Amino acid sequence: MPTNIKPVTNADTSPVIDMTGIKKSFYIGTKNELEVLHGIDLTVMPGEFLSIVGQSGSGKSTLMNIIGLLDKPTSGSYILNSSDISLDSDEDTSHIRNKEIGFVFQTYNLIPRMSALKNIELPMLYAGVHGKARKERAEELLELVGMTERMQHTPDELSGGQKQRVAIARALSNNPSIILADEPTGALDSKTGHVIMDIFHKLNEEKGITVVLITHSHELASETQRIVTLSDGLFIDNPELSYSDNMTKGI
Amino acid sequence: MLLSENIKMAIHQLKANKLRTFLTMLGIIIGIASVIAIITVGDAMTKSVMNSLNSMGTNNIEFYLTSKSTTDKDGNVETTGVERDMKDSDYFTDKMMTSLKDSFGDRIAGISLSAELANGKATQGQKYARIAIKGLNSYALTQKKLTILAGAPISDRDQNASSKVALVSDRYVQNMYGQNADLKSVLAKHVEMVSGSSYYSYTIVGVYKYSEDQNKMMTGEASNGSGKNLQTDCYIPLSVAQQALHSDALYGDFTVIAGTTDDATQLKDDISKYLNQHFYENNDAYMADGYSMQADIKQSGEMMGTLKLAISAIAAISLLVGGIGVMNIMVVSITERTREIGTRKALGATNRSIKMQFIIEALVICLIGGIIGMILGSVIGIAISKMIGFVAVPSISSVVISLLFSMGFGVFFGYYPASKAAKMNPIDALRYE
Repeated sequence: MPTNIKPVTNADTSPVIDMTGIKKSFYIGTKNELEVLHGIDLTVMPGEFLSIVGQSGSGKSTLMNIIGLLDKPTSGSYILNSSDISLDSDEDTSHIRNKEIGFVFQTYNLIPRMSALKNIELPMLYAGVHGKARKERAEELLELVGMTERMQHTPDELSGGQKQRVAIARALSNNPSIILADEPTGALDSKTGHVIMDIFHKLNEEKGITVVLITHSHELASETQRIVTLSDGLFIDNPELSYSDNMTKGI
Repeated sequence: MLLSENIKMAIHQLKANKLRTFLTMLGIIIGIASVIAIITVGDAMTKSVMNSLNSMGTNNIEFYLTSKSTTDKDGNVETTGVERDMKDSDYFTDKMMTSLKDSFGDRIAGISLSAELANGKATQGQKYARIAIKGLNSYALTQKKLTILAGAPISDRDQNASSKVALVSDRYVQNMYGQNADLKSVLAKHVEMVSGSSYYSYTIVGVYKYSEDQNKMMTGEASNGSGKNLQTDCYIPLSVAQQALHSDALYGDFTVIAGTTDDATQLKDDISKYLNQHFYENNDAYMADGYSMQADIKQSGEMMGTLKLAISAIAAISLLVGGIGVMNIMVVSITERTREIGTRKALGATNRSIKMQFIIEALVICLIGGIIGMILGSVIGIAISKMIGFVAVPSISSVVISLLFSMGFGVFFGYYPASKAAKMNPIDALRYE
């Protein structure tokens, strides 16, 4: 049973993400159609810190890909920052992704052999920002995540936590509408994971940046303002129940 | 994204893996270098051969008498005339020369006529010098392009008055009067030679510079004599030679120099036809025929061009192999960098900018390889040319061609891998291990 989970923030401003009836099917072979998302409604308001929780196979990766404009829904409407993006061409989608979405991946995905500074400059490069402005902005962001000292280091020379901090700075470089963080602490030890989470909290509270966290960990999710739980391609009403259900299943 | 950013990024990427980049470039370097080296040597050779052929006179058409014959369509020659020795009435005459000049006007720059009188030892007491006495008309003399070191060339007045004057070579003077003889001191002295029952004596009016190259080229044989006392030409007015030969202005052959605007081969055919129609129609045994070097030169030029092209084509195969090497490495590199491509797409790179990035990377490899290959090829080409004895100048065209070619190769062999990269699905690419 699909449920529209109401945002907690005030309703005066228009939502960053407004999804209705999002369905996604994959075709395996010729006949077997596999529907992964059965009609998702999701609204995210500016300045929210939201977490989407779900087990493997619940469809959260698919949903993240759709939110992040890496994939298109089979049906349903997706309005990002008041503009319907479901019909845009590949090239337009790339431009919107470049400007509106900041990705933070579990595996950091920094470009090897490029310095931290150059990595942060990359999204600005695709946006057509010129050399000097790009460098200044990148330095500013490195300072924000406390990595000024490591500006010229390549990913090989950085620890996991440091890499993720650079990745966060990179996600912020074009002032995106949302930061989409996919298991950002998944590859880190718990202590470093907390440092990273603290950065997200700081960005959300001090800068008012909208963060969508995708995770399977309820512990991490509980730190956020709002939790939506995805199970078998649908948001479920009672996260607590689902949580204990899954725990039972896990045992 | 700006082109300059793409180029910077490509160079950065190539620098990061220097050994691989160098090995990839090596194919292009060897390919371009071999093509350029062959073109350089080929050009030097062609130029030098053409120069020596041209100096022999592309515009010269030699006419001679031959037995009357017809050539059928298979190229078989059949004699149609009577078989007999030549008599005076068969030879070319001054009248024919005048008639040719009148009929062809500007198409003929001049007619050079000559008669070989005798050769042997000219003596002066105990000293001697080998000479060949040749009678030349004034046009034939100008065609020799002699450098006069002392005195003056044979004048038209001398020609018309049949003055017994002669031009001798500086070698002659050295042999006769010593190595350091003053060339001016021999002027007005006599060249004397006895050959058989004839005695020849002419007054020296000028000394020309003997050119071994010219002699070799003209006669087609190496200088006879062991260097020191070799035979050189002694030129006298044509009419003087004719008188000595007791022949009355009859020529077995003559050379027409075509006017600059005319095609020598065409002129040769026209003159042969004219002579045969007007003067040899009723001759029972002989007819006029001509030979122009132009056709030969053209043919040898074409042949050398074809040869150069054929060898270049073989060398170009190595260029092709190099190009495939670039493509191979690009495909490998793109597979290796799948995650990077996925990340770039997630960060907002369009398919076009991904494609551009990899094409530029291939282009930069090929262009740098092309430049190195061009320099290497020119150096090798010049060195080889020098070793064979030709002067090589690297041509602008080969520079332009090699640069364009290597850029073309970069785009051509970079296109497929780049398109492959551009078409990658970002979701799969991000998940690629």
